[in-house]
Amino acid sequence: MNLDFSPEDQAFRAEIRAWMQAHVPAPSGPSLGIPTHKESQFAWERCLGQKGWLAYQWPPEHGGPGWTATQRYIFDTERALAGAPGSSPFGLMMLGPVLMAYGTPEQKARYLPKIAAGEEFWCQGYSEPGSGSDLASLKTQALRDGNHYVINGQKIWTTQAHWADFMFCLVRTNSEVPKQQGISFVLIDMKSPGIEIRPITTIDGHHHLNEVFLTEVRVPVENLVGQEGQGWTIAKYLLSHERTGLAGVADSHRELQLLQAAVDSETELAANPLVRRRIAELGVDLMALEYTNLRTLDRAAKGQSPGAESSGLKIKGTELQQAISEAQVEFGGLAALSWLVPVGNGHPTFQGATQRYNFLRASTIYGGSNEIQKNVLAKMIGLG
Amino acid sequence: MDFSLSYEQQQLKDSADKFAVRGYGFTRHQATLRQPGHLDHSTWAQLAEFGWLALPLPESAGGLGGSGVDVSLVAESLGAGMVLEPFISGLLLPGKLIALAGSNAQQESLLIPLAEGRLRLAVAWAENSARQDPAHCETLAERNHDGWLLRGRKLCVLNAPNAERLLVSARTAGANNDEKGISLFEVSARAAGVTLESYPLMGGGVAANITLDHVQLSPDAMLGSADEGFAALDAALDHATAAACAQALGAMGQLLDRTLSYLRVRKQFGVAIGSFQVLQHRAVDMFIELEQSRSMVLMAAVRVDSLDARERRLAVSAAKAYLCKAAKFVAQQAVQLHGGIGVTEELDVGHYFRQLTAFGTLHGDRERHLDRYAALSLAA
Repeated sequence: MNLDFSPEDQAFRAEIRAWMQAHVPAPSGPSLGIPTHKESQFAWERCLGQKGWLAYQWPPEHGGPGWTATQRYIFDTERALAGAPGSSPFGLMMLGPVLMAYGTPEQKARYLPKIAAGEEFWCQGYSEPGSGSDLASLKTQALRDGNHYVINGQKIWTTQAHWADFMFCLVRTNSEVPKQQGISFVLIDMKSPGIEIRPITTIDGHHHLNEVFLTEVRVPVENLVGQEGQGWTIAKYLLSHERTGLAGVADSHRELQLLQAAVDSETELAANPLVRRRIAELGVDLMALEYTNLRTLDRAAKGQSPGAESSGLKIKGTELQQAISEAQVEFGGLAALSWLVPVGNGHPTFQGATQRYNFLRASTIYGGSNEIQKNVLAKMIGLG
Repeated sequence: MDFSLSYEQQQLKDSADKFAVRGYGFTRHQATLRQPGHLDHSTWAQLAEFGWLALPLPESAGGLGGSGVDVSLVAESLGAGMVLEPFISGLLLPGKLIALAGSNAQQESLLIPLAEGRLRLAVAWAENSARQDPAHCETLAERNHDGWLLRGRKLCVLNAPNAERLLVSARTAGANNDEKGISLFEVSARAAGVTLESYPLMGGGVAANITLDHVQLSPDAMLGSADEGFAALDAALDHATAAACAQALGAMGQLLDRTLSYLRVRKQFGVAIGSFQVLQHRAVDMFIELEQSRSMVLMAAVRVDSLDARERRLAVSAAKAYLCKAAKFVAQQAVQLHGGIGVTEELDVGHYFRQLTAFGTLHGDRERHLDRYAALSLAA
């Protein structure tokens, strides 16, 4: 057992840190930016794409840099500590691995390079008004018509649909079989006729989410991924990738660091033993999460499947994000109450804390709510 | 970075599990609780025979020079098997203290019999009102013409009723909370002026409050140099704390196993109660806390050997702070999910519960370790 980074890893860290310092744009606020500006987010992702680091989790044959699990971990940590936003996960973390596993050679060649370059942006068409946690009950229908599927239905909670070039989408291709077996996974061009996007403003005051209405949308059959009826299997494969990315260790490090700096700058807070103890509690919880995450990475690096330890990462990680954010709001007090104030006009450190707090309520809901995660885990430990 | 055990470590873990979990268990635990001092001399002899008493001790003094990870593997198994023998308070803590502070001669004279199971020791460091801060030391040692004169009171000295010799921290200079000015002494438990008020502890094991009333010590009773004992005491306590966390983890694992089994077999309303979602989610919460605790135990087991004292302290305090909360949660929920049978003396669940409750306080409680962590990680 050895928990130290090798000299090679330390040199790698120095390289990433130097690059980040030279390339990370000026922060949009004191806390990590919640991506609300398409242009700045796209510019940052393209900047990474040009360096070959956007798809840093991908294997080299698909355009990844070929880093070890430890190097990926270091990269993400340095990215967050430098104040840069995380990249949008839909193409990189979700569709990418799906196409690598289930895509045709043509699909891989058509879509993967554009994702890795940050040139095409994706969204995820999963949830429907009547199908949230019970995703397999989805009703959006795809009927075969010659060389096309004709799609009718509605998706909801579609993050960044208004930015996206494409949507990967779960549709029902067969209503005669048990619900899981009638689902297929298709790729839809968002410029197709019959797509209407309506914004949903969330409690953080911003527009990230959408309703997407699909009316007689024609999708070429070559946009089917895998076989007809294989959609549920693919969706489960995708969710397993999504969950391991949701612990958010690197960003929690950054947020806790910002909180600590803010407290240090306020004499009254810095002298309060209860404030110090609360920050210590968050630090200890973050350490437990981080080492659990590292155990998972270590297994992955050895080619082992994720162990039992990985399953709680989404739950604990999102709870911790919320707890840090909660402390930011409470320690900020009145200074944190300013709402949607342009950068530079509010309190230098606590401005934006309430917005983030509101935004992060979604973290324990998305990617499979934490309650659904516990149902899954209960089966894993032999209950139910 | 590598979290896997070496071949030798895997062997060690397997044999410790075989002895403690499958061999010792609740029956021997209960029988030993009826023995004076909660000791079973044959068990202690077995631990010596396996080499586990020599494991944490330096090779230069008859030990095996085992790492923090090696020690944590044995400690976890002993915790899982409810082994009452004082592996931490009677071996690891005094052994590390002697290894870190003692002269070569002291190491040889004390550590060799300790490793062979022939010497019973205890470390007297905690004091009333000190909230388990080892720097808070009011016990005084004053130089006189025969050596040192010791007076003061020590609180809850684990394993003291069984010990032939005591290792005592005492102030030879400085003010009450100063790290500088603390010295360490080796004292016979039967020396004139040493009085023990002994008692059993919740969860097993024995302790004593000790009055030191003008105890005359010879000049060579001092371990290490005058005024410089704190660093060794602090490090030895960190070793003990890291091992205690591993021991608690062993108990937590057993509680989760028992709880899951019970949820599968216990039927109410015509179905296994493990089919109820509220109980499933509670069990999942226990499982997650166990896995996070395992991460912290591994981390502390590695870092406790760090030569950088700040890194060692930070790691151990983080682990103990985390485990205090997680162990309490797992223990409380194990009792709750067992229902009525969980609060009975006949089931081992309640015994693990008491052990883990004691763990929360011993070796510094959550508040003490959070404050220590804060002092090390936050600006003053």
